[in-house]
Amino acid sequence: MNNNKQEIYLSARNVTKIFGMGNTRTVAVDDVNLNLRKGEVISIVGESGSGKTTLAKILLGLINETEGEIYFQGEKRKIRTQGQKREYWRNIQAIFQDPFSSFNIFNKIDSVLLDCINMRGGRRLPKAEKVAMMTEACSFVNLKFEELTNKYPFELSGGQQQRLMIARVFLLKPKILVADEPTSMIDACSRATILDMLMQLRDEEGMTVIFITHDIGLAYYVSDNVYIMEHGRFVEGGPAEDVIIHPQHDYTKRLLNDVPKIYEEWDLSTV
Amino acid sequence: MTYLLREIFRSGKFVVGFWIFAAILLTVVIYPLLVPDPPLAIIGRGTFFPPGIYVNGYDAVSGTPRYTLNIRDAEDKRIEGKLTADDRAAMQEWLVAAGTPEAEINIEDTQALLDTWFATFDPALRLPGMTNAQRNYFIRLNGSIQNLLSTDDIIIAAENPESGEMEEIDTLPPSAYVNVNQVPNVRVLPLGTDNFGRDVLTELVAATRISLQIGFVAGFVATLIGLVLGLVSGYVGGWVDDVIMFITNLFTVIPSFVLLILISFSIGQENRGAFLIATVIGLTSWVWTARAVRSQVISLRNRDHVNLSKLSGHSIFHIILRDILPYIASYVVMAFILQISSGILAEAGLSILGLGPRTTEVPTLGLMMNWAMIYQAHILNKWWAYFPVILAIALITFSMNLMNTGLDQVFNPALRE
Amino acid sequence: MSRPILEVRELTTKYITRFQEDIYAVDHVSLTVEEGKSLGIAGESGCGKSTLALSLMGYYFPPLHYSSGEIIIDGRNITGMDPDDVRRSILGKEVAYIPQAAMNALNPTQKVISFIEDVVRAHNPKASKQEIYELARDRFEMLGLPAEVLQKHPVELSGGMKQRTVIAVSVILGPKVLIADEPSSALDVTSQKMVIKMLRDMMESGFIKAMLFITHELPLLYNVTDDIMVMYAGQLVERAPAEKAVFDPLHPYSKGLMGSIIVPEEGLREHKLAAIPGTPPNLKNPPKGCRFAPRCRYVRPECTTLSVPLRRVEDERTYRCIIPEAELREIYAHEQQ
Repeated sequence: MNNNKQEIYLSARNVTKIFGMGNTRTVAVDDVNLNLRKGEVISIVGESGSGKTTLAKILLGLINETEGEIYFQGEKRKIRTQGQKREYWRNIQAIFQDPFSSFNIFNKIDSVLLDCINMRGGRRLPKAEKVAMMTEACSFVNLKFEELTNKYPFELSGGQQQRLMIARVFLLKPKILVADEPTSMIDACSRATILDMLMQLRDEEGMTVIFITHDIGLAYYVSDNVYIMEHGRFVEGGPAEDVIIHPQHDYTKRLLNDVPKIYEEWDLSTV
Repeated sequence: MTYLLREIFRSGKFVVGFWIFAAILLTVVIYPLLVPDPPLAIIGRGTFFPPGIYVNGYDAVSGTPRYTLNIRDAEDKRIEGKLTADDRAAMQEWLVAAGTPEAEINIEDTQALLDTWFATFDPALRLPGMTNAQRNYFIRLNGSIQNLLSTDDIIIAAENPESGEMEEIDTLPPSAYVNVNQVPNVRVLPLGTDNFGRDVLTELVAATRISLQIGFVAGFVATLIGLVLGLVSGYVGGWVDDVIMFITNLFTVIPSFVLLILISFSIGQENRGAFLIATVIGLTSWVWTARAVRSQVISLRNRDHVNLSKLSGHSIFHIILRDILPYIASYVVMAFILQISSGILAEAGLSILGLGPRTTEVPTLGLMMNWAMIYQAHILNKWWAYFPVILAIALITFSMNLMNTGLDQVFNPALRE
Repeated sequence: MSRPILEVRELTTKYITRFQEDIYAVDHVSLTVEEGKSLGIAGESGCGKSTLALSLMGYYFPPLHYSSGEIIIDGRNITGMDPDDVRRSILGKEVAYIPQAAMNALNPTQKVISFIEDVVRAHNPKASKQEIYELARDRFEMLGLPAEVLQKHPVELSGGMKQRTVIAVSVILGPKVLIADEPSSALDVTSQKMVIKMLRDMMESGFIKAMLFITHELPLLYNVTDDIMVMYAGQLVERAPAEKAVFDPLHPYSKGLMGSIIVPEEGLREHKLAAIPGTPPNLKNPPKGCRFAPRCRYVRPECTTLSVPLRRVEDERTYRCIIPEAELREIYAHEQQ
């Protein structure tokens, strides 16, 4: 463990989230500890219902944790007022799973991107400069701003919308990006494009990425560190190579065993 | 937006509803321009004049050019028209008493009936069991029938102001005609008059206008309250939601119509204006909208686009207004349309009970029903006093419900054919 | 060469939109599946693979319409048959179809057995309760499902169990051909594996004579089927034995598709994922010539003008490209260096 506080961007300490009470009480996230260092990509892998999306929303500050603390850049996170929230969200942004429901269908693409410029304090900038910023962001994700202006997000394909989502992140330049299953709703061919762009954000903008996925192969492909989550708990975590290739925990082993492979024999007898 | 409008007008149900409603609205706007009478002016002395064209009798005999037309069956028609069903029944009664077999008398066939009558009637004949008064009645009946058949001219006389004697000033032969277009005073009463002698059509148009206004005000108040409470309780959640839902549930379990009756009653006859009633209706019928909006908002508030809006630093106000409201707008429009039609029905219901608005200038559809009921139009068979009102209420609510289902089909793709 | 169970010749089916436009989602597709074989269909969403699955049953309901071509099941041509006949004598008996969200097809208020009774009685109205129960129990046991499931309501079953139950119900009448459209994509990996094992067992025991398996997950396809067919914009672009389709694809589109496979196995991190830029064409007016040309890295001027026939290489391999096999291999080999 590296205890250098400068380096740790975000850490979760004993974070627990409980929904409902009495008979309907469910522990979605159970005593999770997590340290995120600058410039690294971590993956949180879990099956549906494992609590990974809840954890992502807690880290994003979209829902409150029931217990535990979250430290941001060494200080306890404060997000009570609207101002504090805005400040926090300048530093942490997200990409959601379903591009078709991620955008407000009544807002044009321009306004989605302008919101980001405004959030970074660019409200007073001359129009030409705003357009230049938006054009740059769009070209980063291989979209043409001239073709997008005055269009609505739902007129784009799923892959294009997900790229627009990345363009948004490019404009906001947060320190941390939470990507919640960003490729699970798009085709395999566009998946590589999206992943490449996320890696580019990390390499060129120095962004730190939290990757939430159910696909253990994908986690292995993109991340430095992998955490395996089962029933709200982290059962195993560490460098991707260690966790995926030499799993220790039974759950990780089972998960890996149940995924179809192409180089090794997929053992169907063990179900 | 244009696409949405095009889709809406592609829906057959919406279009039919829309045209019915537009026709009602147009009538309400244009009719008062053509017939500028005050809607509650009492024009008829007497109750329930039947629908028809009313020609001024005075104008018809004096001053209007007179024409002689020899029309062959004019006389028959006159007798046919003037010999009432009661007269015919009385004639039949006498004939049967005098010994004519009942089967031979056809009271529908005027000519045959008259022939039999003149052949057998004898004023001197005393039938067994007949009182003097009855005999006199039949003698009078005979006289009036004879009068009908007379082809003499009618003499019009006027009092000479100097001598005080009646002097003949004009005669009116049976073949005299006047042209309706030349009679200065003709009044068409397509729906007759009501119990107070007011033109039902004029009254109906004014009542429809006021009822629509009441419906709109009631619908607006109900939708506004329901929308605001639903949005706040759905989005904010927590104790705010608990408090609002407590109030909403309270209103749900008290039947709103009972509440409406109690409030109307306690306001008192004197203070009940049309718009006060409309507001009261609105205040008692927001519950359904609030609950529906709340559940819609709850399903929306955890959507990713709302999360994205939060992450873009938008305020709660902005999120409710821009990220939630547009998504439920179609729903709210539909709720509004339903609230309007139920507002109109609620007013009608209240007024029938005599708890509706107190007005001396304008009627409402409910008040018209109330008057028709009090003066027993339904027992007296004066259909024109209540049937057009029922039809108006039915058409308004029908057209609105059609529009509503049409919109539902557009907004809810699962219902499309 | 063994007996062909499912034979499709130049099948074309179309969707007719509300605006009366024709969309040819399956465009002159021919395929043969022999006895004991399974065929996988891969492709991006919107490539027509699910429509092909629907079309193969010979039962069409709007907006999907039959256009041309033939479907022959075990020697019996079912094209042009009366829809009622198809429903009575083909569906479930000759061909069984498992749609994507099949597990939601169970009526929550019905026990599994009463659902089976409905299915069996639709084909054999005289079947007694006892007969049906015995048939169902035997079939469930054969497929490795506990017979207790028959007396349960769908809510009492887990997602994976529900899906396997639906599959068992859909093969209750002993069909020859099974068409499975993403039967496991809504399940977690463990349930997915159970479903796959069940399908594989059915094939191996010869209970099902031929299977068509549709998914966008290539590693899964590789592990389930003997052959893989890649579809693009309504057309068949390549068909090859699974091993060759995954490790040695010929068509540039298949090449891209196979290059995007992600599996948690050693060496994956060093390998660069392939990406295919652009989006599939709108099928309302597909491009002339090769439909993949606008996105193809190796596009040549003649690609957009000439119509591209299927090339046959080796015995069981076809692909649709104007570049000959040897030349393609040369290009790929050159690229790898």
